[in-house]
Amino acid sequence: MTFSAADLFLVLPELLVITAACVVLVLDPVLRTSDKDSLVWLSLATLAVCMGLTASQMGTSSSIFSGLVVIDTYGVFWKLLLYFVTGLTILLSYSYLREERLYFGEYYGFILLSLCGMMVMVSAADLLTIYLGTELMSLSLYVMTGLKRKEPRSLEASAKYFVLGAFSSGILLYGISLLYGATGSTRLPAIASAIATQGFTDPLLLFSTILLAVGFGFKLAVVPFHMWTPDVYQGAPTSVTAFMAVASKTASFGAFLRVFVEGLNGVKADWSAIFLLLCLATLIVGNIVALVQTNIKRMLAYSSIAHAGYALIGVVAAGRLEHSSGLASVLLYIALYTFMTFGAFAIVAMLRKGTLEGEEIEDFTGLAKRHPLPALLMLVFMVSLAGIPPTAGFIGKLYVFRSAVEAGMAWLAAIALLFAAISAYYYLRIVMVMYMREPIDGTDPAPRLVMSPTLSIVLACAVAGVVIFGIYPNPLVNLALQAVLTLK
Amino acid sequence: MTGFPWLTVLIILPLLGAVAVFVVKDTSVRLTALSVTLVDLVISLPLWWLFDATSGQMQFLESAAWIPSLSIAYRLGLDGISLPLVLMTTILMPLCVLISWHAVETRLRSFMAVLLIMEGAMIGVFAALDFVLFYVFWEAMLIPMYLLIGVWGGPNRLYAAIKFFLYTLAGSVLLLVAILVLYFQGGHTFDILELSRQTYPLSLQTWLFFAFFAAFAVKVPMFPFHTWLPDAHVEAPTAGSVILASVLLKMGTYGFVRFSLPMLPDASRLFTPLVVVLSIVAIIYGAYMALAQTDLKKLIAYSSVSHMGFVTLGLFMFNIQGIEGAVMQMVNHGITTGGLFLCVGMIYERTHSRQIADNIGVTKPMPRYAIFLVIFALSSLGLPGTNSFVGEFMILAGTFLWSKAATAFASLGIILAAAYLLWMVQRVAFGTPAPHTLQKLSDLNHREMATLLPLGILIFAIGLFPNPLLSRMHATVEQVIARVVPASHQQTSVPSMLGQPTSSRHNYWGSTFDMVQASPADPIGNLPFTEQQGERP
Repeated sequence: MTFSAADLFLVLPELLVITAACVVLVLDPVLRTSDKDSLVWLSLATLAVCMGLTASQMGTSSSIFSGLVVIDTYGVFWKLLLYFVTGLTILLSYSYLREERLYFGEYYGFILLSLCGMMVMVSAADLLTIYLGTELMSLSLYVMTGLKRKEPRSLEASAKYFVLGAFSSGILLYGISLLYGATGSTRLPAIASAIATQGFTDPLLLFSTILLAVGFGFKLAVVPFHMWTPDVYQGAPTSVTAFMAVASKTASFGAFLRVFVEGLNGVKADWSAIFLLLCLATLIVGNIVALVQTNIKRMLAYSSIAHAGYALIGVVAAGRLEHSSGLASVLLYIALYTFMTFGAFAIVAMLRKGTLEGEEIEDFTGLAKRHPLPALLMLVFMVSLAGIPPTAGFIGKLYVFRSAVEAGMAWLAAIALLFAAISAYYYLRIVMVMYMREPIDGTDPAPRLVMSPTLSIVLACAVAGVVIFGIYPNPLVNLALQAVLTLK
Repeated sequence: MTGFPWLTVLIILPLLGAVAVFVVKDTSVRLTALSVTLVDLVISLPLWWLFDATSGQMQFLESAAWIPSLSIAYRLGLDGISLPLVLMTTILMPLCVLISWHAVETRLRSFMAVLLIMEGAMIGVFAALDFVLFYVFWEAMLIPMYLLIGVWGGPNRLYAAIKFFLYTLAGSVLLLVAILVLYFQGGHTFDILELSRQTYPLSLQTWLFFAFFAAFAVKVPMFPFHTWLPDAHVEAPTAGSVILASVLLKMGTYGFVRFSLPMLPDASRLFTPLVVVLSIVAIIYGAYMALAQTDLKKLIAYSSVSHMGFVTLGLFMFNIQGIEGAVMQMVNHGITTGGLFLCVGMIYERTHSRQIADNIGVTKPMPRYAIFLVIFALSSLGLPGTNSFVGEFMILAGTFLWSKAATAFASLGIILAAAYLLWMVQRVAFGTPAPHTLQKLSDLNHREMATLLPLGILIFAIGLFPNPLLSRMHATVEQVIARVVPASHQQTSVPSMLGQPTSSRHNYWGSTFDMVQASPADPIGNLPFTEQQGERP
């Protein structure tokens, strides 16, 4: 294994994030409670610096640490998205933790650790490195899920997440080891060339592909590997839920696409068929089950499952198309999904019923009367999640459906659109409750939304993304197109 | 033609107005909304005269790159079919603001904002020349309309709002897929004009036809997709009903004439019998349902189903009379039904009931109101001299060329329309009023007069002088026909009715046919119109 100092410079963002995480963890017990805000600003400053560094890597393509890690535009795309989401999460958590009376400096440390894991996932070109990144991300998330340690539901979620997460990691590892057995390497380019030279006849290869799909299926929460999602999303502190629903899914898609497109390109007909089944199951189950939820966090959990299904359409199409527009549509979809889902969770996080979270859909009753502006923003997020123009959600759907039609699967686009119409029902139910029902008097205490400057920033960023990219998506589209060009 | 971006201004202005109503003082919200719609109307009026009626081409074209990676462009333009519809929209919107002056008190700012957003989106639908842009405007209408019904509607508004929303959304599911399929079949473009110039294999056309049909038929609404309409109309506030009936329904028929006919001519010809049967069922069924209604809004809602049946019938006749009559009837229905809904809204403000039984005998206390009610009702049933007569007659004349039986059945709708409308007028206007309602019935004030008068004038203006309207759409409609009925088919598809072409100069709106006669090269110009057509079927 060769190693040079120049390689270290290329992973400077990762190093900075992990350093900041350690600093936060060390400083937390030392600082007085009143000074702990500085940890937030330290984390945000780190993200800002990393964002600058990573953005400067745009257009480069270098393989470092003997090919364990690549720094390319594809990774840069995901990393920029992850910084953005992490920044929003930190801002949201700042208000949320205060409201929940959770004072843990480690929290920010874990967010940064998790981010570091995600960054490794999206820039790794070796299955074991990807696995390491996945584990770093997941372990931090297990802890964060159980942060409300006095609440049984939070602990239950954490335990459930841990057990199922460990299980899925096992499957992933099993797939990696079998793939190593079949091709003799864990490096993605080496796997690709091995498949190209020896053909696809080895049943081991197919079996390991399935295992990898299952392992990633758990991380992406696609049906039938989604069972953990609703419970974990509901039990976890809402800021952590938002982080999981958006960042963890983003990073998993980043790693997943690289593995399948770069490493397993030779068997793309096979994995395309696998993902077609997963995609249909995800669309159907996610959207249908979301219809009957009464808890908004569970509803958004199923909604996030369904959205993974829409993104998978792009993956299926990518498996059938020669050029990379299908892949670009997945990147675009996930990026746009980020804005709307995070915005929705941000509002859920700050809805209070007395000192408790108002997380039932009923708690939104009459929100438009009491808080007109946040209600309007929630309306925009819901409309966007339903995929109705002129919002980001429509642009995302337009691109994945375009890929599906281009790949000769107009029927898949039609089915997906049908479920998008069904999904409008549960998204609009929130709008209906907010706007068309009068606030119930006499419920004590009445739900209210806690506004804070940081929440305002989060909401402003989210809604700006949804509206601006809904009307003028070109910058993001071009970025996604550039990013996928670097995948072989 | 000037380079002034008329259409962009028409679309953007209401959207800016929607923002403006949130920043002005409480007392001037209504006035702001009214001025925005009036300014929009004033800007749209010059288009009527700037429009070159001799050309069937798109005019006032605007084009700018929007999403280059998908070759989606911001393309706008008007032709003889969309111009009247845009003007109808801009004329109706100030009236919608006026009728809501006192009817809406809660969340007034949001209400006006929603109305203005709708106006921008509706104009966008009619002016869009890019299929994705069209779809964006088409879908963007849904949320404001959903809010309009759901927030400001009647007691059962939640059900009506979600039903409206899901019906129309589900209808347009396949539309987007069809648009994407056309994109790949038509040479990677979303340009509507470009897509309309190409020929697609019949199997694909069939498939696309049903995808389009689902979207447009729900919107029209054609039987059997109409069930959302009565609910939505009854629960919507008056302005919502007017927009729904006058503009939204036209988006469906506009879709047929803009997309289905020129893009899928073979499939359109193939499925003409289906559309005709559904249209005739809608005409008769809608009219029968209207007869049975005790709620004024429901009555008008079912009459819309019936009247829109005429429009779809005319569109699929593929001859000048049919299509021109249909486009004309789209405008007429917008004016007449809009007027009827305004009337219902006004009486509702007084008696707080839409039941016919609660609103009997208004002539004595409200003579001015009664005049307008009678005018709109007579126009709706197609009395000669009013606008609907011209439209419906042309549609029936067009249908006659295709099938006499179909014409006979469709004509039943007119008889039934006379029945349910005159019966309604008889009770509401000339019945014996219950004493306790009398004191509530004050006659129209100036604002209400100003709301109804423009429509009343238009009814007679179009009814007596249809030619300015017809002449503007003539060249465009000819192009549509040339597209849907290729030259080789024209002779056979327009069978001679009575054998010899005759001059129809003494027809009382004969100038239309003069124009047809003026182009002898066109076989459709030789339509055998005789004096007989002056009779009502």
